[in-house]
Amino acid sequence: MKNSKLTSPEKLARLKGKLLKQRQKQRPIITVCAGTACVACGCVPLTAAFREALKENGLEDKIEIRTTGCHGFCERGPLVVLQPEGIFYQQVKPADAKSIIEQTIQNGELVEKLLYRDPQTKQVLTHEKDIPFYSKQMRLIFGMNGHMDPTSIHDYIALGGYAALARSFLEMQPEDIIEEVKKSGLRGRGGGGFLTGKKWATCRKAPGEPKYIICNADEGDPGAFMDRSLLEGNPHAVVEGMIIGAYAIGSHDGYVYVRHEYPLAVKNLNIAIEAAREFGLLGENIFSSGFDFDIKVSRGGGAFVCGESTALMASLEGKIGEPRAKYIHTVTSGLWGKPSTLNNVETWANVPMIIEKGADEYAKVGTEGSKGTKVFALTGKVNNTGLVEVPMGMTLREIVFDIGGGIIENRPFKAVQTGGPSGGCLPESALDMPVDFDTLTEIGSMMGSGGLIVMDNLTCMVDLAKYFIHFLQEESCGKCTPCREGLRQLHHMLEKVTRGEGGVEILDDIERLCMVMENASLCALGSSAPNPVMSTLKYFRNEYLAHLEEQRCPAGVCKDLITYSVIEENCTGCVVCKRACPVDAIEGEKKEVHKINSDICTRCGICLAVCKFDAIFVE
Amino acid sequence: MTLPQAPLQNILDKHPHDESSLIMLLQDVQEAYRYLPPEILVEIAKTLNVPKAKVFGVATFYKAFSMEPRGETEIKVCCGTACHVRGSTLIMDEFKRTLGVEEGGTTEDGKFTLEAVNCVGTCAMAPVIVVKDVYHGHMTVNKLGKLLKSLNPKKAKTTGAKAS
Repeated sequence: MKNSKLTSPEKLARLKGKLLKQRQKQRPIITVCAGTACVACGCVPLTAAFREALKENGLEDKIEIRTTGCHGFCERGPLVVLQPEGIFYQQVKPADAKSIIEQTIQNGELVEKLLYRDPQTKQVLTHEKDIPFYSKQMRLIFGMNGHMDPTSIHDYIALGGYAALARSFLEMQPEDIIEEVKKSGLRGRGGGGFLTGKKWATCRKAPGEPKYIICNADEGDPGAFMDRSLLEGNPHAVVEGMIIGAYAIGSHDGYVYVRHEYPLAVKNLNIAIEAAREFGLLGENIFSSGFDFDIKVSRGGGAFVCGESTALMASLEGKIGEPRAKYIHTVTSGLWGKPSTLNNVETWANVPMIIEKGADEYAKVGTEGSKGTKVFALTGKVNNTGLVEVPMGMTLREIVFDIGGGIIENRPFKAVQTGGPSGGCLPESALDMPVDFDTLTEIGSMMGSGGLIVMDNLTCMVDLAKYFIHFLQEESCGKCTPCREGLRQLHHMLEKVTRGEGGVEILDDIERLCMVMENASLCALGSSAPNPVMSTLKYFRNEYLAHLEEQRCPAGVCKDLITYSVIEENCTGCVVCKRACPVDAIEGEKKEVHKINSDICTRCGICLAVCKFDAIFVE
Repeated sequence: MTLPQAPLQNILDKHPHDESSLIMLLQDVQEAYRYLPPEILVEIAKTLNVPKAKVFGVATFYKAFSMEPRGETEIKVCCGTACHVRGSTLIMDEFKRTLGVEEGGTTEDGKFTLEAVNCVGTCAMAPVIVVKDVYHGHMTVNKLGKLLKSLNPKKAKTTGAKAS
């Protein structure tokens, strides 16, 4: 099909009709997930194997192979879904390609060993929609990922893409769009939770030209990767959202600031922008309306603080990413001192849906104060790790246990960390709380960008708090003293706790310092930095006390307080650990029970990792 | 040491000559030379008409840039939260020990640079390392030994390789 510019919404509708008609001849589609995790698991050779097998069977023209963005169930990659039936195969190896084609595609038989078996019920499930990981989700934003090739604008248009853009240009005035977004109750998904419509309205009214639209894709929170997966898997949704936003606010220049570590996201986004330009959806005179808008992609330099809006804008200007005080908001004076609207990737991706469905329909999902769905990155010690999209207000228990399938090896749940390094750790008692912006803040954590890191009894909460503080100390830009020096001191004190030093009094000092940092830091990096410490102190004070009073690390993590020993009954004398030990701390001949010499042992944990007989004990 | 001029000229030609291009320029230089040679920074300052101090400030602020030549192969150990709770510290310590370098260091022969990165966004496969842009998930000390051996068959005498 020749690509010509879509100079009017009608032309877009006609193209969609044509594409759908073409696709009606419904040929079976083999969708292979090609998100970063599935690529890492080997989906590229798998796709090649499918092509090879199709060729062998003379089916190249009858069956389509579609490499899609992330499906979310990264734990089970590489994922293959056969459409239109939705047959779900997991952990598929290149060697399986042949049997999938010969058995399932040609003979309609299932390849049993590739089907998903529910670890709890042991039931074998055939279809994607029946798998608990998917069935309890509400994939409004993320669902399209699995059905399209992110590098194909045709796929996006066939699925109804850019229809919201057409609607905004055809039926709405910029003010109507802002009103609609306001009414939808959409709040910023990057963590702040500020009302998007309100932000847009202020920016539209702010004096000064030009105005800028910015997409924050500097997803720096460790343990959050939904923005990456959206940009990789459905970049057009973000582009469409930005064009609508630009039209509403009256901006002609857009920027996407993408994290340095996300090469595939940058690639797919650039392809999408190029295609949108080719189709006339970006550039001059969009839909012959006289409205111009274009987007530039800027790669970050690898600084966590650049996720903060003013630091990000400084970085876009080519400067050091230092935040500034925000008594003048960026909607009035942002990038190059001009009115700027900055929203996160997921927020932009929500916009087309609001316009298409209407605010009332959109606002039916969610809670009183938080509307719509939220994509969470469920990771840590949970069985089903991956990306999950749920309506706001679902409980943590449902997310961790129903969707996540519970804790690895059925170990006891200890905590779930939400909101990234500046978030908090929530204990079991918080599991039945509904997840939305306000509840999470109330109980001492925050929504952040949506990382949910699950921890079991083998995670030390003091060590975890120390980890976050160390992370933030490294990432502090150094501009203001409470953050720069406060984090250094806080880290030093936590280090002491993990060594069992300092006495219980040290906790008072820690709390006092946290209070100062909360109140006196310049930006959110410093003022929210104490969260991981304060929340673990609030809910897991006992662990701190065990370190300080009993010189004991209950989770067996803090190296200065643990010893490694051999469980005699389990040891077979295989000498694997002895050979592996880097400091030769393990004694004992072959077929004799080994012994670990604590004086030499550096507690590196290698013996524990290599022992096949569970014969190493840590206390 | 004289540096090849050709890549620099190409890089300078690719971007508009104003301050907002600075970070993108430095990214390209980093990629072409594997570090930011000081004489090139001076050249960039002149071309963009930006004070040298500013260029050096930006060059030393962002993690993506290095003022020292990096090794041929960069080993990035993900130290994000999900990897941390699944034992990335152990992986990092083992790399430090087998390569004989600290975090951020480069081996004497210039072959490897060991780096800690904060989340590469594949938390489902934690702990993760990235070598030559290839992601290796569910890392263990055992797997690490085999991987190093395949990268550097002569030198690597690692625990993992010993144990396997």
